[in-house]
Amino acid sequence: MLPAVLRCARPIPAIPALSRPLAHFRPHMDPDPSRPVERAIRTKLTDSLKPDHLEVHNESHMHAVPPGSESHFRVLVVSSLFEGLPLIKRHRLVNEALKDELSTCVHALAIQAKTPEQWGSNPALVKSPPCMGGSRGDHTVEEKLKGGRE
Amino acid sequence: MNTLLRSTVRCLRSGPAILLPRQADGQVWSSSARFFCASADVQKHLGEMVKKDKVVVFMKGTPAQPMCGFSNAVVQILRMHGVDEYAAYNVLEDQDLRQGVKDFSNWPTIPQVYFNGEFVGGCDILLQMHQNGDLVEELKKLGISSALLSAEKESK
Repeated sequence: MLPAVLRCARPIPAIPALSRPLAHFRPHMDPDPSRPVERAIRTKLTDSLKPDHLEVHNESHMHAVPPGSESHFRVLVVSSLFEGLPLIKRHRLVNEALKDELSTCVHALAIQAKTPEQWGSNPALVKSPPCMGGSRGDHTVEEKLKGGRE
Repeated sequence: MNTLLRSTVRCLRSGPAILLPRQADGQVWSSSARFFCASADVQKHLGEMVKKDKVVVFMKGTPAQPMCGFSNAVVQILRMHGVDEYAAYNVLEDQDLRQGVKDFSNWPTIPQVYFNGEFVGGCDILLQMHQNGDLVEELKKLGISSALLSAEKESK
């Protein structure tokens, strides 16, 4: 009964529970020298989590940071390594793989971590909520952006 | 009304004032001593903060005025479930708290949600818990009956 209650899909205003087509799928071995942080994220997640499917989206343009920033990302990782793991452990694996980026230039990281079976039954990328300006004038974000990667 | 005021006050609780320890004569300790003491104090205080209330949220902004879309999503989800009484700490007001909670949780981003002193996760995890029903169950363990359950019962 309980699952039925929640599958009633109550309207959720302002909640980012929307899905969209896989328009941004890029092969995870696609190098892009003009975006070093995105490339590093892609490489590290591929090496550590051996994903069946990986999406790395730079969402910095959706936030109050300068154009061309690499500070806000959304990643979708589909890996059999997640099987049997609760969400928090899956996210910690992703965080661990990207700890260098997260301690330097990446200010925000949205994560979807699914097993191949979960992805197969619901292949949807969550949409990030609209920015509410928190990074504007946030000196820690500015410092991170200046730090960047060598 | 009293409950509303109390929850508002609780939600507006900001970072702790003890993060800048002062000597008895009012002088701030030397920078190195202050750094050590502030950092250790933050960790100790965080250990107390996360246990003081059933639901604790470290966020950007306040529940009344979130300053980040992800923090706002956490606030909205809790509101949907009728969770009005929780401690919300605005990390934008206190950089020691902001870094301290990341170290304490070993979690690199904000927002961060705690249930009964245990770290639950950030916005993504809370959203998934909301969608798959786990949040209702976890709130029940805290002795909180989700408003979504009550609403469903009333509609029958």
